[in-house]
Amino acid sequence: MLEVQSLSKAFGGFVAVAGVSLTVETRQIAAVIGPNGAGKSTFFNLITGHLRPDGGRVLLDGRDITGTPPHDICRMGVGRSFQRTNIFSRLSVLENIQAAFIAHRGRGRNFWSRSEAFYRDEAVALLEQIGLAREAHAVAGTLAYGNQKQLELGIALACDPTVLLLDEPTAGMSASETQETMELLRRIAAERGLTLLFTEHDMSVVFGVAEKIAVLHQGKLIAEGTPAEMRADPEVRRVYLGQHA
Amino acid sequence: MAASFLFSQFVGGLTTAMFLFLIASGLSLVFGVMRVINFAHGSFYMLGAYLAWQMVQWLHPSGETFWPAALFAAASVALLGAIIERVLLRFLYGREELYQLLFTYALVLILGDAAKYVWGTGQLSVSRPPILGGSIMLFGATVPLYNLFVMALGLAIAVGGWRMLSGTGAGRMVRAASYDREMLDALGANVGAIYTGMFAVSSFLAGLSGALVTPIVGIVPGMDVEIIVQAFIVVVIGGLGSFWGTFWGSLIYGQVLSFGILIFPGFSLFSVFALMAVILVVRPWGLLGRPIR
Amino acid sequence: MTGADVALSHVSWPLSRRIPWTLVVFLAAACVPFIGSRYDTFLGTQIAIEALFAVSLNLLLGTTGLVSFGHVAYFGIGAYACGILMKTYGVPFWVAFPAAGLAAALGALVFGYFCVRLSKIYFAMLTLAFSQIVWAICFKWNDVTGGDQGLPNIPYPDLDWMVLLPGLGHSSIADRFYLMTLALVALSLAAVWKITRSPFGRMLTSIRDNPERAAFIGLNVRAYELAAFVVAGAFAGLAGALFGIFNRGVFADYVFWAKSAEVMIMTILGGMNYFWGPPVGAFALVWLNQEITSYTEYWPFVLGAILLVLLYVFPGGIVGGVVAGYRYARHRLAAHRA
Repeated sequence: MLEVQSLSKAFGGFVAVAGVSLTVETRQIAAVIGPNGAGKSTFFNLITGHLRPDGGRVLLDGRDITGTPPHDICRMGVGRSFQRTNIFSRLSVLENIQAAFIAHRGRGRNFWSRSEAFYRDEAVALLEQIGLAREAHAVAGTLAYGNQKQLELGIALACDPTVLLLDEPTAGMSASETQETMELLRRIAAERGLTLLFTEHDMSVVFGVAEKIAVLHQGKLIAEGTPAEMRADPEVRRVYLGQHA
Repeated sequence: MAASFLFSQFVGGLTTAMFLFLIASGLSLVFGVMRVINFAHGSFYMLGAYLAWQMVQWLHPSGETFWPAALFAAASVALLGAIIERVLLRFLYGREELYQLLFTYALVLILGDAAKYVWGTGQLSVSRPPILGGSIMLFGATVPLYNLFVMALGLAIAVGGWRMLSGTGAGRMVRAASYDREMLDALGANVGAIYTGMFAVSSFLAGLSGALVTPIVGIVPGMDVEIIVQAFIVVVIGGLGSFWGTFWGSLIYGQVLSFGILIFPGFSLFSVFALMAVILVVRPWGLLGRPIR
Repeated sequence: MTGADVALSHVSWPLSRRIPWTLVVFLAAACVPFIGSRYDTFLGTQIAIEALFAVSLNLLLGTTGLVSFGHVAYFGIGAYACGILMKTYGVPFWVAFPAAGLAAALGALVFGYFCVRLSKIYFAMLTLAFSQIVWAICFKWNDVTGGDQGLPNIPYPDLDWMVLLPGLGHSSIADRFYLMTLALVALSLAAVWKITRSPFGRMLTSIRDNPERAAFIGLNVRAYELAAFVVAGAFAGLAGALFGIFNRGVFADYVFWAKSAEVMIMTILGGMNYFWGPPVGAFALVWLNQEITSYTEYWPFVLGAILLVLLYVFPGGIVGGVVAGYRYARHRLAAHRA
């Protein structure tokens, strides 16, 4: 269970996140939506330790993880994908996943064995699960954008998360790719019993998948509830859905 | 210790400081705008000195030719800088920073040997212009007029440069370029021209300080490396990329050098780098740089 | 992403799987005292030592993505440690050599701890500052390091036993030292090779590729960078120890920053994205230096020119160029057949 209490962050005079509180229950799929600049990525960066909050707390299963360095948060079972694809572009797809396994399982201190052998089968299995098995030996940087995003997801999954934070997982994708990705996410979340929190600015994407939606606007949480409630909420409609209504 | 002695040390420190500022300001400018550490900045300084000497030889080795010689030297170095930036350096911008550093280091090697080839390894000197040949008495200390001139020039450039950067449209574009090159590009500004211009200005300052230093210190091979180290320290103290930081850094370092030698006879060697290490460990962004933590 | 940026694992060398090139190279190198002149042996020793020094730097540069301008500090610590132990205290080489590596590793641990907390240009500047501090200490500490006089006349290790080996009955001490150096360098290179291919090495290349992502697969990036710094420093120290003996003395000059620049150029000349890049670069640079300095005193100019050509035409270095050429040839052949 991920609990965020009154998280705030300002850069100079600019308030990026203003006292946002959110609770995501275990195995729940939640989405944070808002137009660009609403503070979604900053919000994620605060949770995952990439930024220090000015105020507020983050609790993972009751444990205060505010301000903990990213690598420790990852080890506690929080996986993350980034808005701009963040993969190891010079390694092959398979090596990307293997590296994640090696790092997560603490085998990085091994000086003497050959790294190719480590977790090879598990990595292949994971690639199959996310649909990248055919590209296993391609150099990650040469993959199509959509595949890179899949790889990003794969890396996050390799760290055996209980909570998965996905920053705009369908950004830049076509309508069909978006559908596929969302379907994949839902399936994997169900299979692994994951708690899922993702950001999006395309509302339609979110409605079919999320059980809980939080709406950010200019750094503030303006509404929170089920998709149906959000669709009906006048404030949300005014600020955001106005474009789609 | 007599007050006049302290005062003359202080003035000496100020002179050194202003010289360092003239040189370091160019280094700081290029780093601030283009994110390039130009090791060859010291080489431009050295070239300014040699070219000034050469010009004096060609025109007439007397005091009157000093000014045109100095300006010629500075302008030539500025031109060289502009050419190097346009023809060579600009192709390395998209690449890893290491390549840019190695490029400027290659320039150091090439320009150093080129100077050695043309002017040999002996020490050369240029005499002071007669107008500034004398000295005045200030608080019991003898202060050469030439040194006062350098101090005034340093201050003028500091104030003038700052007013240009903050006041003019061109200045604002330069500052914008230092924050976000891509954005400025997208806005339609000619970023390439800004970069070339900045590099030329920086080279001009380097060449000018080289030319101006010739009456005080001799021209000798190795002056390029010696000065770049000092310029580095000044820029680190003040904060990489900060204009006023470089100014205050120069003042502080000038006095540290001046009085440090009194306290530690074996001062320069060890302490200079120890100072740099301490600053980088404790406060890497120096006095006025942008905090990186 | 240029061809030069692709990791070695994606280059397949079908021919090399049948011929053990590494072995061939070392066997050829081992023949030098027998078929070459004294000068060749001299050059060979220098190349072997510089190769190890460059490979140690590449553990930082090519593997972890850390640009260090002060790597010569650890070379120097190793050289002085071994030299002082052997000359001043009469310690045998077989103790002084690993001790030198240890001393350098310790220096790297202390300095590295502060350096890895900084990034990019600040990291580079601090490594340079520390390196110059080491130089200043070596230059000034007359009692221990000999100050600006240095430590001349470092004794050779006791290699009399090698005379018993086949073919070495009439070998000179320089020849025997060369062969011993070759063996030690080979072992060290093998160790570094193993390290770069290990899971630890994989973590380092991940850090080089994408430090942000590396942190978010659970890596304490600073700790790994420090570990790389220490290991690289240790091997640099070993190279330094060998150099002190080879050079018949240790002098503060060799700890000056210009040597850091030289070894970096060597590494990039050979190709920093390939394990064999630095040794190839060492060979090329030492050989070029010998050739050019016999014609002209303007070696720095030539070095600068080489560097420019490298940066603009062959950013992947010599090995990078060869690999690109090989790929191109294969591509043309395949297109031809199709």
